[in-house]
Amino acid sequence: MPEILDYDFMRRALLAAALVGLAAPVVGIFLVQRRLSLIGDGLGHVALAGVAAGLLTGQAPVWTALAAAVAAALLLETVRWRGQTSGDVVLAVIFYGGIAGGVVLISLAPAGNAANLAPYLFGAITTTTAADVRVFAVLAVVLLSSALVLRPWLFAVSNDEEYARAVGLPAQAVNIALAVMTAVTVVLSMRTVGLLLISALMVVPNATAQQLAGSFRASLATAVGIGLVASVSGVTTSYYADVPSGGTIVLLAIAGFVAAVGIRAARDRLPARDRSAAP
Amino acid sequence: MTKPAAANDTGGDGSLGTAPPVLAYVGCGIGYADTRVVHDVDLLIERGESVALLGANGSGKTTLVRAALGLARVQTGSLELFGTPVNRMRDRARVGYVPQRHTVATSVPATVAEVVACGRLARTSPLRRLAARTRAADAEAVRRALEVVGLAHRARTSVAELSGGQQRRVLIARALAADPEVLLLDEPTAGVDSASQLALAATLADLSTSGTTLVVVTHELGAMADVVARAVVMRDGRVVHDGPLDGATRTRWDEPGHHHPDDHHVEEPHLGEPHDAWLPRPQIGG
Repeated sequence: MPEILDYDFMRRALLAAALVGLAAPVVGIFLVQRRLSLIGDGLGHVALAGVAAGLLTGQAPVWTALAAAVAAALLLETVRWRGQTSGDVVLAVIFYGGIAGGVVLISLAPAGNAANLAPYLFGAITTTTAADVRVFAVLAVVLLSSALVLRPWLFAVSNDEEYARAVGLPAQAVNIALAVMTAVTVVLSMRTVGLLLISALMVVPNATAQQLAGSFRASLATAVGIGLVASVSGVTTSYYADVPSGGTIVLLAIAGFVAAVGIRAARDRLPARDRSAAP
Repeated sequence: MTKPAAANDTGGDGSLGTAPPVLAYVGCGIGYADTRVVHDVDLLIERGESVALLGANGSGKTTLVRAALGLARVQTGSLELFGTPVNRMRDRARVGYVPQRHTVATSVPATVAEVVACGRLARTSPLRRLAARTRAADAEAVRRALEVVGLAHRARTSVAELSGGQQRRVLIARALAADPEVLLLDEPTAGVDSASQLALAATLADLSTSGTTLVVVTHELGAMADVVARAVVMRDGRVVHDGPLDGATRTRWDEPGHHHPDDHHVEEPHLGEPHDAWLPRPQIGG
């Protein structure tokens, strides 16, 4: 057995990473399709305010972060649906409101507690407890089964929302479901990659898959595979190289993206060379 | 091909004289929020008809159709779909919608079959779709729809690789996957080359022959002239002509590019009909 598996905390870390690697791209693909790639950042910042509220009140930060992120997701989707203002403006308000709220709340905590925000901002996967892993596992199962059942509807509404509304599909309910799923993913991922980097794990594997796949199904499967490999290998690398897990996971995912762009470019050039070689 | 312009009172199920119209606008004013776009429209479209809604951009023809889809609000009068007020219509799968889009591709890759399968969702639910039998029936409906539009051999192709005309046919197949009784098409030939227009027209003519009601919103007839039998002309949010598609209407509306969107001088066809069939002509340019 590899040395890394000798330690309980690393086994937990690898399991948490695998859950995040599976779940984040599944939700992310619909955000990319709707051109809402940065929504994870906005909800991550609100989750930070939730973490701060949890630390301040002595509640478990994972639940207060979940409550804050879900509330923000519902607010965002409701405002967007009513067309009161454009989506990016709402996202900006949520983005700044969340981080400002987190900073102010944590400043109210007794001296010394402020340092506790760092593990949530940048990830601290090796401090994941057994209880955390159990909560993450439940969240991941709920998330993945919801995505599996709702996949055709999420795809249809993300592909062409006006058409979905016109033919009577429950577009608003589907959008709300996606917003809540995004909030759950953010909370699920905050100990692994951190709230500042969570959007990367939702978006980058999908951006990579787009370079290689020709169908939605293949794109989703490829993104999940990349997410899983990047997360698990990122945690492993961080253990041996003694570097932060969140940043390592994201850098590995970006390396995969760069490689995919190169493969795509080479593939696109091949037919051109063939044509020029023809008599 | 052409079909008789007279209202067909034979329902799709073969019943005689009892089926309500597919679309019934009565004194209908339609708009968005506080803006009124369509004014006081009376229009009946019966089963099996193939109708062109003609008019320049801004004439209200698209808004007229969007009201039937619940995308624009009926502010005055009434609008019924198959005899049911549009806001109480639950069985929306009976209405197929082909929006005006230049592409069906998004930033995430998708195959032709995956996009067309979206149309089937109006006939199912997440729980029903868990059954393998439902999924098999959906796949069969998608295959049939693609056959109708002549794209069965491209089912696994990425939609981004298709031409503009082929992508329009994908949108039609998506609408057909739900087995609709009426197809509402918004500018199906805009930006499509003439060969693709002919292919589109042939597809629509076949659908019309098989009993599907067609409502085609367009600002130029082009190849659609051989599909539709009735012309409804709109100007400034009002119906200014409603009758069979005759030679004069074809002549005025079938030249691609002839009708500049903002050119009010060309939005009214010269039909050689009694002038009282038309509302007073507005003074253009003062």
